[in-house]
This record gives sequence, structure tokens and C-alpha cells, in this order.
Amino acid sequence: MLEYIAIIFSAILVNNIVFSQFLGICPFIGVSKNLESAFGMGMAVTFVMAVATAVTWLLQHYVLEPFGLVYVQTISFILVIAVLVQMLEIMMKKVSPSLYAALGVFLPLITTNCAVLGVAIIVAQKNFGFLYSVVYAVATAVGFALALTIFAGIRTQLALADVPRSMRGVPIALIVAGILAMAFMGFSGIKIA
Amino acid sequence: MNALRIIFDGIVKRNPTFVLILGMCPTLGTTSSAMTGMSMGLATLFVLMCSNMAISAIKNIVPDKVRIPVYIVVIASFVTILQMLMQAYVPALYASLGIFIPLIVVNCILLGRAEAFASKNTVFASLCDGLGVGVGFTLALTLLGAVRELLGTGAVFGLQLYSADFGALLFVLAPGAFIVLGLLIALYNRLYSHA
Repeated sequence: MLEYIAIIFSAILVNNIVFSQFLGICPFIGVSKNLESAFGMGMAVTFVMAVATAVTWLLQHYVLEPFGLVYVQTISFILVIAVLVQMLEIMMKKVSPSLYAALGVFLPLITTNCAVLGVAIIVAQKNFGFLYSVVYAVATAVGFALALTIFAGIRTQLALADVPRSMRGVPIALIVAGILAMAFMGFSGIKIA
Repeated sequence: MNALRIIFDGIVKRNPTFVLILGMCPTLGTTSSAMTGMSMGLATLFVLMCSNMAISAIKNIVPDKVRIPVYIVVIASFVTILQMLMQAYVPALYASLGIFIPLIVVNCILLGRAEAFASKNTVFASLCDGLGVGVGFTLALTLLGAVRELLGTGAVFGLQLYSADFGALLFVLAPGAFIVLGLLIALYNRLYSHA
């Protein structure tokens, strides 16, 4: 039990996917202009990452490894993720139109979100167990949603600030992200288990 | 179109890092030193040139509806070739770049150039575009890596310019990546937007 708590805290705060692993930066910069869409994107990523990690784990351990096909890992993972995102979109439209209305626009963007493929590969490389992998994926995604939401909150305030002309937009956003990353480094001393 | 013009545009006007702001993950994640930044840039350059050429060659055969999945498979194949080559010839470098090599597949620069350029132009023009954008990306990564390495450890490409005691470790760590890149983009804007 304790190891699960440790992995959750570590994935959300200590090894935050955006601030210390540099994955998922594109949506982090692109979809963080207002709080609502940032939160929606965060939720959509959490959902896709959990499902994608579970499916790619099964693929890795029941297809690629037994048949000695690990060298096609990259191609098969990205295809599985792309198909999965499409399927989720179709299913969501049928089963829960309200959820689709909230998350639908973000789904096509997620295929090329490197965080999803990144977590699937990390989990395969580190040889985590199935449950451990899924918990790790969900915690990582929650860390992503947290980073995105905090950042969107700051950026809505930043829009009102008087920033020098050549620093407007992405440059100042990156510098703010750097300061946030510094704040997140404060968690790096925490050790659980 | 003039080949040199396409290459030059790729390096300056359509610089993926400073103008298009694409491919941020490897840009931030692999530039703790000039050497790793340059290696990552060259790896991306290789895949970008190959995939641009291949996609431009098959552009008339691929039905419009399935073009994106086809592009992704083409890119992923070249990434796999690159992974195998790097594992065989430069295993230490492969280990230090880690997860960012397989993640070239989801680098928006590659799909972006395939969709915006290679699917509409000739094989040769696409090769030039891949070369230009790839070199632009490599230069940006090398510059970012060099600045971070210099500020963090007082060295560039491992060549010690001043004592490492004066270096600020922050610039080698994660926050430094964001801050230095933000400042470099601001500098680029200052230099190239005369309007």
C-alpha cells in the first residue's frame, strides 16, 4: 500500500511530468490560456493516459515480448494510441454526450501529446506491474492536470500585465513556467517509504 | 522554388523552435549541455529528411482520408531505424538521450512539415525543407544547450571557460531550461521583428 502512496506523490509532485520530465509541453503552452479549457484538457489526458497505459502494457507483455517483437514497440504503441483515441471519441459520443461535449475537442490533440506515449514507454522500460503501471499513469496525468491548471490561472492574470513587447506571449509564459518549476523543485526533498 | 531559399527559410523564417514553437519537449529535455542538444537536433534532422522525402514520394498514392495515420507510420518506421542505428553505433549517447529518441514520433515538427510541405511539393524540395528545418532545430538546440552549459558549469562542449565554482546549477536543472528558452525566444523576437 505504502509503495502506491509513494508512487502517487512522486508522480504528482516530485517528478511532475511537465516540470521535471519535460513531457507534454506543447499542450501545456498551447491550451493554458484559460482555466476552463486547461481543466478539460487535464481530465481528457488523465482518461486517455490511464486507458492507453493499460492497453500498451497488455500489448507489451502478451504480444511484443513473447514473440520477440520489442523492436516494433514505438510503431505499435503510437498506432494503438491513435486507434484508441479514435475509439474513445466514438464511444464517448454514443455513451455520454455531456462528457463528449466537455472533452471532445481535446481528444484529437492527445494523439500527438508526447506525455501519453512517453508514459507508455517509461512503464514498459521500467517493467512495472499492471496495477502499478495504471496507478502511475493516473498519478502522472493528475500531475499534468495540476501543472496545467496552476499555469492557466497564472496566465489569465499575466494577460493583464504590462510585458515588454518582445517578451509577450510564449517567452514570458516560459519564464513563468521556469519559476513554477523552481517551486516544484521544493518537493524534491520529500521521501516516502 | 529555389533550393537554397527553402533551406534558408527553414533555418530562419520558419525556425521550429523560435518561430513555430514546436517540438518543445526535446528542446527543453535534452539541452542540459551543448553536446546532447546538438545530438538530439541531428537525430531529429535525420528522421525529418527521410520522412519528408518518403512522404513526398508517396503523396499521390495515399488516399486523403487516411493520410495522417500513414504519415505517422512512415515517421515511426524511420524513428525505429534511427533507434537501431544508435543502439548499435553510439549506445552511450542513446542512453543519455533516453526516452526522447522514441518520442521523435510525436514531435509536432515532423507531422507539421509532412502536412504543410511534403504532401504538396516535390521530393527534392521536401528534402531541402527537411534539411532547412532540421538544421534550424539543431542550431536552436545547440545554442540553448551551450547557454545552459556555460551558465551552469562554465563550459561549452566540455571546454572549460571559467571555473565551475561560479556556475549556477539552476541553469542545468529543469527551471533553467524554461527560463533560458524564454529569454532566447524574446531575443529572437527583438532581432527579427522590425515591424
